[in-house]
Amino acid sequence: MAHIRISSLHKYYDSVHAVRGIDLDIRDGEFTVLVGPSGCGKSTMLRAIAGLENIDSGTIEIDDEVVNNLAPGDRDVAMVFQNYALYPYMNVFDNIAFGLRARKFPAREITARVQAAAETLDIVELLKRLPRQLSGGQRQRVAIGRAIVRDARLFLFDEPLSNLDAQLREGMRVEIKQLHQRLGKTMIYVTHDQIEAMTLADRIVLLKDGSIEQEGAPLDLFERPVSRFVAGFLGSPSMNFLPAKLVENGTYLGLRFADDVTLALPAAASQRLASRVGQDVTFGVRTEHITPARDGELDDGFVDLLVTIDLTQPTGSRTYASFKLAGVAVQAELRAHDVEQPGEQIKLQIDMNRAIVIDPSTELVI
Amino acid sequence: MTVAVRAAPGSSASLWQARRRSLKTIARYAAAVAITVIFLFPVFWIFMMAFKTPDEIFSRPPVWLPADFNLDTFKALVRDGDLGAIWTSLITAGVSTIFAMFFGTIAAYSLARFKTGGRNLAIGILSQRMIPPIVIVFPVFLAYVFLGWIDTFHGLIILYTAFNLPYVIWMMRGYIEDIPIELEHSALVDGWSRWQVLLRVVFPMARAGLFATTVFTFIFAWNDYIFALVLTRTEVVTFPVQVTSWFGQQFVFWARIGAMSMMGTLPIFFAVIVFQRYMVRGISLGAVKG
Repeated sequence: MAHIRISSLHKYYDSVHAVRGIDLDIRDGEFTVLVGPSGCGKSTMLRAIAGLENIDSGTIEIDDEVVNNLAPGDRDVAMVFQNYALYPYMNVFDNIAFGLRARKFPAREITARVQAAAETLDIVELLKRLPRQLSGGQRQRVAIGRAIVRDARLFLFDEPLSNLDAQLREGMRVEIKQLHQRLGKTMIYVTHDQIEAMTLADRIVLLKDGSIEQEGAPLDLFERPVSRFVAGFLGSPSMNFLPAKLVENGTYLGLRFADDVTLALPAAASQRLASRVGQDVTFGVRTEHITPARDGELDDGFVDLLVTIDLTQPTGSRTYASFKLAGVAVQAELRAHDVEQPGEQIKLQIDMNRAIVIDPSTELVI
Repeated sequence: MTVAVRAAPGSSASLWQARRRSLKTIARYAAAVAITVIFLFPVFWIFMMAFKTPDEIFSRPPVWLPADFNLDTFKALVRDGDLGAIWTSLITAGVSTIFAMFFGTIAAYSLARFKTGGRNLAIGILSQRMIPPIVIVFPVFLAYVFLGWIDTFHGLIILYTAFNLPYVIWMMRGYIEDIPIELEHSALVDGWSRWQVLLRVVFPMARAGLFATTVFTFIFAWNDYIFALVLTRTEVVTFPVQVTSWFGQQFVFWARIGAMSMMGTLPIFFAVIVFQRYMVRGISLGAVKG
């Protein structure tokens, strides 16, 4: 069990400022996911916590002890690597036992622990095999076995699932989450995959260009993004973004698009944005908040819109349908049979309560 | 569904194709045999001389195989102590190879993993290898005279070590860079020290490269002629120097040259046989994603 405190962490690679002053607290037993596009500094941070990367300034504390100058082996952390990092000349048993041998565990305890880890991961029958005789999924299990057998206080995962195919990835995701629930250890997990981040994390730390863009519980980030980057990064398919102008619209405000269509904003948003009337903004709405309009009265904060569908993408349970609004392609999430053919007209409703308005000059949600 | 169209066996087209294929194979084997004969003939000839009588050596037309394989020349080599040259070569080449491999591999690890000396040091080290030995042999001779290292084992061993280090560093750096760094990182996180990582991860992973480099380093030292000729006199005579000493102005001791050449080839021959199976790469299969 461990809590981590990172203060004003900086890392340069030659002239590249890879990590730009990160402050982060990770609570005991928390599953934290560092997520972001490639080059955002997430792997660098993880390696810095492991001690595999020197940092240029700042401090890293594990359980209130500054570990900046501690060798990786003295930090009592376990790490799982993207490419598994198994030793090809050792069988599975020896691979799992490798870390225990480094710490001079007695032979009997090594056997017992490896056996227990193998049972946990369901790889007992593989113990005598060499890594090259294993499938990708089995190798990843062995790599996880190497990490859990040492019972370290902190677990680090560096994109452990990105070499697996989609189906296997889902299965392993569930197993890693179960592992966290069972062991209750502090885990830090790096990925570029937002679905992995959403499904696994107690807390997501979304990084961009070496800085934290936003951190919080997955649904907090999803529902209350602070910037266009966060809104666009989380969620699949991506959020729709349209340029618009904030205008007076009767009692409340509205968003006017290039083709003079105006969508009314609900009361709360109108009050918040009152001082910005006349400004250019970016309107953001998720696909699942554009749905077929129901008959009768619209709910509070909903607006409706008659559109012509250009393209449908059925996924089975849902159908993603594209239409044009002010010349921009917008995607809506419909039920499977709401639209049968492209070219059909349909009346949609947009939940403006869930929409966001962004200041295009700062890219921040206002 | 498509059906593969293939000529029925025995049809003229397939017969013609099969014949063409076998002709090609025959031509290939013939070329291989011819090339082998051309390159192996001098070796065969010098080896046969070791067993021939003086008459057989100089007879015209030449005698291809000696009438009886007499071992008199080998006995003479033993009696006169000439085989000591093989021993001298084994010591100088062997010890210098051990030194060059030890220091070279450590230096290579430093270059590969810590980027020691930046981008240019590695090239700088390799450039040392580009100097022809003949260029430095005279300055080295003067230095050795000053140091009193002429005609000593340590003189030759130090020189061979220095001369081979750039090669070892360059080769081992490449092999080490090929090792996925995560394997080392993982071992470090597990609690092994740098030296243990070198021993338990880097060496096993670079085993093929270690053996191949060792063999070549040994061969370079074993085959050296110019340094050994200039820097030694009577105490430390290596095998190539010994062989050339039999090319006299009045007489060439062909039988001794043949016998000694054979003795001098055997260590290399066995070294390659022994290490051959380790020189096959591909041991790293399955280390990282396959």
